[in-house]
Amino acid sequence: MTLVEEPATQAPEREIGKARRRKEDARLITGRTTWTDNLVLPGMLHLAIVRSPVAHAKITGIDVSAAQQAPGVLAVFTGRDFAEEQGSIPCAWPVTPDMVNPGHPSVAVEEVNHVGEAVAVIVARSKAAAQDAVELVDVDYDLLPPVLDMEEAVGHQPALCHDHVESNESFRFVFDAGEAGTGADTEQAFAEADVVVSRRFVQQRLIPAFMEPRATVVQPQGDNYTMWSSTQVPHILRLMLAMITGTPEHKLRVIAPDVGGGFGGKLQVTPEEVITLLVAKRMGKPVKWTETRSESLMSAHHGRDQIQYIDIASDREGNVKGLRCRILSDMGAYLRLVSPGIPILGAFMYVGIYKFPAYRFDCQGIFTNKTPTDAYRGAGRPEATFAVERIMDELALELGMDPLELRRKNWIKAEEFPFTTAAGLEYDSGDYDAATQQALQLIGFEELREEQRRRRESGDPVQLGIGFSTFTEMCGLAPSRVLGSLAYGAGGWEHASIRMLPTGKVEVVTGSTPHGQGHETAWSQLVADELGVPFEDVEVLHGDTSIASRGLDTYGSRSLVVGGAAVVNAAQKVVAKARTVAAHLLEANPDDLEFSGGSFSVRGTPGTGISIQELALATFAAHNFPEGVEPSLDADATFDPVNFSYPHGTHICATEVDTETGMVKIRKYACVDDVGKIVNPLIVEGQVHGGLAQGIGQALYEEAVYDADGNLTTGTFVDYLVPSAADLPHFDTGNTVHEAPGNPIGAKGVGEAGAIASTPAVVNSVLDAVRHLGVSDIRMPLTPERVWRAIHQGGDGADRATAVTTAQGVDAAATPLAGDETPGGAL
Amino acid sequence: MTAINVRVDGASYSDDVEPRTLLVHYLREQLGKVGTVVGCDTSNCGACTVHLDGEAVKSCTVFAVQADGCEVTTIEGIGTDGRLHPMQKAFHELHGLQCGYCTPGMIMASIDLLRDNPNPSEDEVREGIEGNLCRCTGYQNIVRAVQQAASEMNGSAAAPEALGAQS
Repeated sequence: MTLVEEPATQAPEREIGKARRRKEDARLITGRTTWTDNLVLPGMLHLAIVRSPVAHAKITGIDVSAAQQAPGVLAVFTGRDFAEEQGSIPCAWPVTPDMVNPGHPSVAVEEVNHVGEAVAVIVARSKAAAQDAVELVDVDYDLLPPVLDMEEAVGHQPALCHDHVESNESFRFVFDAGEAGTGADTEQAFAEADVVVSRRFVQQRLIPAFMEPRATVVQPQGDNYTMWSSTQVPHILRLMLAMITGTPEHKLRVIAPDVGGGFGGKLQVTPEEVITLLVAKRMGKPVKWTETRSESLMSAHHGRDQIQYIDIASDREGNVKGLRCRILSDMGAYLRLVSPGIPILGAFMYVGIYKFPAYRFDCQGIFTNKTPTDAYRGAGRPEATFAVERIMDELALELGMDPLELRRKNWIKAEEFPFTTAAGLEYDSGDYDAATQQALQLIGFEELREEQRRRRESGDPVQLGIGFSTFTEMCGLAPSRVLGSLAYGAGGWEHASIRMLPTGKVEVVTGSTPHGQGHETAWSQLVADELGVPFEDVEVLHGDTSIASRGLDTYGSRSLVVGGAAVVNAAQKVVAKARTVAAHLLEANPDDLEFSGGSFSVRGTPGTGISIQELALATFAAHNFPEGVEPSLDADATFDPVNFSYPHGTHICATEVDTETGMVKIRKYACVDDVGKIVNPLIVEGQVHGGLAQGIGQALYEEAVYDADGNLTTGTFVDYLVPSAADLPHFDTGNTVHEAPGNPIGAKGVGEAGAIASTPAVVNSVLDAVRHLGVSDIRMPLTPERVWRAIHQGGDGADRATAVTTAQGVDAAATPLAGDETPGGAL
Repeated sequence: MTAINVRVDGASYSDDVEPRTLLVHYLREQLGKVGTVVGCDTSNCGACTVHLDGEAVKSCTVFAVQADGCEVTTIEGIGTDGRLHPMQKAFHELHGLQCGYCTPGMIMASIDLLRDNPNPSEDEVREGIEGNLCRCTGYQNIVRAVQQAASEMNGSAAAPEALGAQS
């Protein structure tokens, strides 16, 4: 069933709240879409990239002569050819003043640091010719030992990932609530606690796996360059490309046409984008690069990949006293655009929805010879939410309490908002009880518990488990001053323009660039309500830096909360200007005018008014115009949020676990999310479904696996298991609505909720099914083999090395952060 | 180069192709039929699904020369903006797409599924489209869309639950 609450306060004629079918669909369902790879330009050349087959090596020689002579090949470039102008792939989030950045050439010059790194570029008349010639480039590698394990990387006498930096540690970031003045002293809280529970969790490496492979086309026109790219961030991309390649910013136009998914994976300035621009400059002709899926899985950035040591302190009654988190975060071989910032975003979310008096977070960013990591749906918050929602279950078990009772005892009550957490964030609104009650009803909780009891008592080979995740996250990234305090390289504002055309139609320009989220529809709904014009009369323009001249793009569930807010503010400015003109034409005082249904009329004399469409024409002609007012009916607005927004919710998963095969099947999944005001219930529900699929994918199916030499063994969709329709259950979704006070819409953001909340709900559920068989943890993804081993071999289902460190990790009070030379450490 | 004759979306083409050319590359690069897209190299994702003599195939697993003498239908041949195929209409009405990259292949596979099973249950739809990957929708609305299209095309399938969508 579907439960989408229509807020009761909405009048039926309003667009906001309507399940509008999407404007975007028309082109997408008929195959008339403008994917970057569809572009064909006269004289266009094609690129193929020669990639490293080894994880770590010095390049001692590259012979390109055979490739140069291959049919159709026009040029072959190596890193040395670009050394002067390729700059370094930018990292815009230096999280600590002493963060080490080894630099990241687009094409390797002296050494390669991960499998899949670019070492040479073929330019040919056809894509096939370029790909054929890749095989003809002969690269001599002097192999170096690959650094593949994070804990070894910062252990005793490790091999170095980069020989020109002193260690494999990029940064160490500490947040201590006691020191920050946002909470009590953590060590004291732990010393005085009755119970301390410690666990080591592994956030396995994931791959965003957007469906559209990345593609980039660059067209030179004199000293101007137009780039089309399958990117989430055309504005950031333009700025960064200008800075690193020396291309004047005003000579560079970036267009993100239809973009086939991103999930953070296209929040990037990629080596390939830099390469395509450099080659187009060299060749003076349009150049296209499109990746294969294998290239995508190997060299587009990965996500997650953290090891978490989590300690929770409590009294015997289950009142939590403190939380201590030590995190190892794998950066991969290089820092990409926001790589270091991902665990730091998470730093403020480990306390979840709970009133922890004390909190300490300590994170190391570590280099390994693997593909760089960066943003992936939720970016830091899924890792944090997993840790706190798993450790709450472990604490409940230790205390002999019901997991939900423990949560309820510790979460922030509805009447306590706004509430400042030990991590220093001010949660603005919500009601965790209300969402939980609704979720319990949706899933039929009592019946499931009864069935679970029956199966357990009868020794049924298929056991049933029920797992919870009660969560919040921070969306609407973010107040610029806060991003500044976290050393992020840009602000958190978003820009919008609204132009009323002479015929009364409306163009909306948004700086927030979508890749499947339905901005064209939702923004049209916002503007239709604000201006009182038909939904169909609004056109939303985006994704072209020469049209949407300012913007900070789409990530972190910021689009509606920040970008939509800018649209609303711009629309209100348009109405204010229209009011001035209307007052002039109606010979009335502006304050005496009412604006309703798209028309201004003098208060008390309805039917005598003038419509906003008529005013659009009047301001275009400007024949009879108030003094001091500029012709044209348009306005710009830039919205900088005052706070993050805090969606929350309760997710409940019921799984069947076949104890004889280890197979996990999701029997039922119900979630109730509070995403604030809902502009389009259809889009909200779709975003939740998609997030759930990715979060369940992490719990049960997905992992990027490297072998002992650093080869990605999950380099195709044969091995990297993106769940199919047959793998996923039906979702029962619902909403509660507590509007966000921090933006004019009251929206909180929805894109990441499902991915954040579902992973711990699924894992808690599987453990709930098999705990009575002696299983206390299973490493993700919960494959049948791991689940079977956990049940039948008494381990945690992890590989041997992980099992050993897990055993040590249980005594976490004695487990230092990797790299501390304390006996009994993680190594 | 090998000469082939194919009918694509109702038009006849005579072309020379390299024997190694995949059908999807022939469609996209030689005929400009860019509605059909490439998502993987391994025939796992189904984004390139078209109909070959009425049967759904992943056009990255078929050489263009194998289509010689055949009838090919792509997403561009089943409906237009003004006159959508019931499957296209259902995907739109039930929000069975987000980024839309998998959508042409998903629609083509779903039409073929209904040819074999005009009245599929939810589980049958899920199994029937498991060769087509989608990363955005979580599949639920796709399943509902296929069932609604079945209902409309055959008048026999159980209607999916109402979503309350408004156009």
